[in-house]
Amino acid sequence: MMSVSDIEWPWQYSFPPFFTIQPHAETKARQLQAWRTLVLNYYKANKLSLLDIREAHQSSLFNNSTIDRKLPQEGILLVLDDLQKTGNAEPLDKSRNRWLIYWHTLEEWAALIYNWAQASGSLNNVCTFFELVAGDDTSDQDFYGLDQEVLLRALQVLESQKKAEIITFDDNQGVKFF
Amino acid sequence: MDRFEYTDPRSAHNEEFLMRENGVRIYDGDSKTTFEGGEIVVSNTRILWGRPGDIPRGQACICLPLFYIIYVEEEQRTFSFSSSRKFVLHLSEPRQGKPQGPVQWSQFSFIKLSFKEGLHNDFQSILQNALMTRAWERLNLGPTSVTAAPSQSMADRKWRSGIVGIERKIEEKQKATDESISLAFQDLSRLMNMAKDMVALSRGISSKIREKQGDITEDETVRFKSYLLSLGIDDPVTRGAFSNQNEYFNSLSRQLAQILEEPVKEVGGMMSMADVYCRVNRARGLELLSPEDLMTACRLMSSLQLGLCLRTFDSGATVLQLSDHNDTIIVESTAGTLEEHRSLSATELAKILGISVLLAKERLLTTEKQGRACRDESLEGVRFYPNLFLTKEV
Repeated sequence: MMSVSDIEWPWQYSFPPFFTIQPHAETKARQLQAWRTLVLNYYKANKLSLLDIREAHQSSLFNNSTIDRKLPQEGILLVLDDLQKTGNAEPLDKSRNRWLIYWHTLEEWAALIYNWAQASGSLNNVCTFFELVAGDDTSDQDFYGLDQEVLLRALQVLESQKKAEIITFDDNQGVKFF
Repeated sequence: MDRFEYTDPRSAHNEEFLMRENGVRIYDGDSKTTFEGGEIVVSNTRILWGRPGDIPRGQACICLPLFYIIYVEEEQRTFSFSSSRKFVLHLSEPRQGKPQGPVQWSQFSFIKLSFKEGLHNDFQSILQNALMTRAWERLNLGPTSVTAAPSQSMADRKWRSGIVGIERKIEEKQKATDESISLAFQDLSRLMNMAKDMVALSRGISSKIREKQGDITEDETVRFKSYLLSLGIDDPVTRGAFSNQNEYFNSLSRQLAQILEEPVKEVGGMMSMADVYCRVNRARGLELLSPEDLMTACRLMSSLQLGLCLRTFDSGATVLQLSDHNDTIIVESTAGTLEEHRSLSATELAKILGISVLLAKERLLTTEKQGRACRDESLEGVRFYPNLFLTKEV
């Protein structure tokens, strides 16, 4: 994992039972809700998209070394399942080890990008992927620095809405907004 | 063979005839002798052998006094075509000054009797019985009647060696063990009989005390009753007193509820079945209850409305609890204790409340089930915390 900028940890993070999946249904729902929020906040603050369950304990997100508690892998999977239901996460492989975390859902990303394209007068123009996530014009946007895979999936959503078309040229990919 | 002596076949006084067989050959050790095809008569003191017809006619024949015989065994037949059965008689040393016999000296200390014409009696067991009764001692024919011989002969018997000796020793030991075991059980049954008497006695005394209430001071009565009680329940309900299973369990259930209600209250309204079992049987003393009977009786308690009932937790742990026992109160108090200590393991709660760890764990699990606690599983085990997930504002 890359070096992380500290986020403000919620109170649950230093509450040991937070790292044990609770058997009581209502308690468990609250606990998972807290985890969802924490995971999304953490990924947003650090502009991360990829999560590998097998390496998750290297991240301080699931491993609080101060109180010596780790969320077990089954627990992580439970949180991710929950995130998937709301479109905030998606597994990359069948064994459900590698995941993409969408701290905006793909629809939200698609809307954000299209809004920017409209606002910046980029309709009917071709933008490269690089311009979108690393260009000067987008540095104040949420999708600045967005993972290539997530970007591609968001643009595919736009494509299905007939609002954009993905173009592949040479060794680069671009998009044309309508 | 040199133990045989010439004798008069007519029965001596007190001599008892045991059996008769024909066609018998005597072997000196392993070798055949000329004494074959004869008639044999076994009495309770000797074995007579004579030519056919000699014995009934009262003519002289040879005999082997029984006291020489140490041990009889049947020889295993090595050839299946031989129809005769052979018995080996192991003999002790010939005594000094014995009457003349057909053979003066023999290198063997055993003889064999071969029954050529089959065997009509159980020779071996008849002979063994005769040996066991030791009739010659009663009739003063045995070693005791012969001068200088007895003690030596007895010593000879003791010093017997070889497989036969070992076998005999084992047999004797088994017999002794058998006797001591049956003796021990006799004592036990006597003890049980006595116990019943004791119970009856204590009941009698306590009823007398009740009658003469005025004569003895209240203090003394109480003290005496407590002595009686420490002997056990004064009138335990036992299966024997009831013909009907249902009736037995109903009465048992009532008695259990009666003696357990106070103790259960004392320990906070709940008692594990292990504790119940120990307490009940400690009180009963001798008329012990089996775990199955105890469980059956406890199950009946709720239907009989005796103030106690059996409860099985999700974990499978079974306890006896007061019928008016309220989970809400337990949950409230446990949650309170949790708040106070910030977090607790079952062991810690058990220490604080002075209850068993099993019960403490059940309390915590019940509290958790009501959403008033949450758990933290780690390498150190399970700890419980107040359920901040539900109580603390996000």
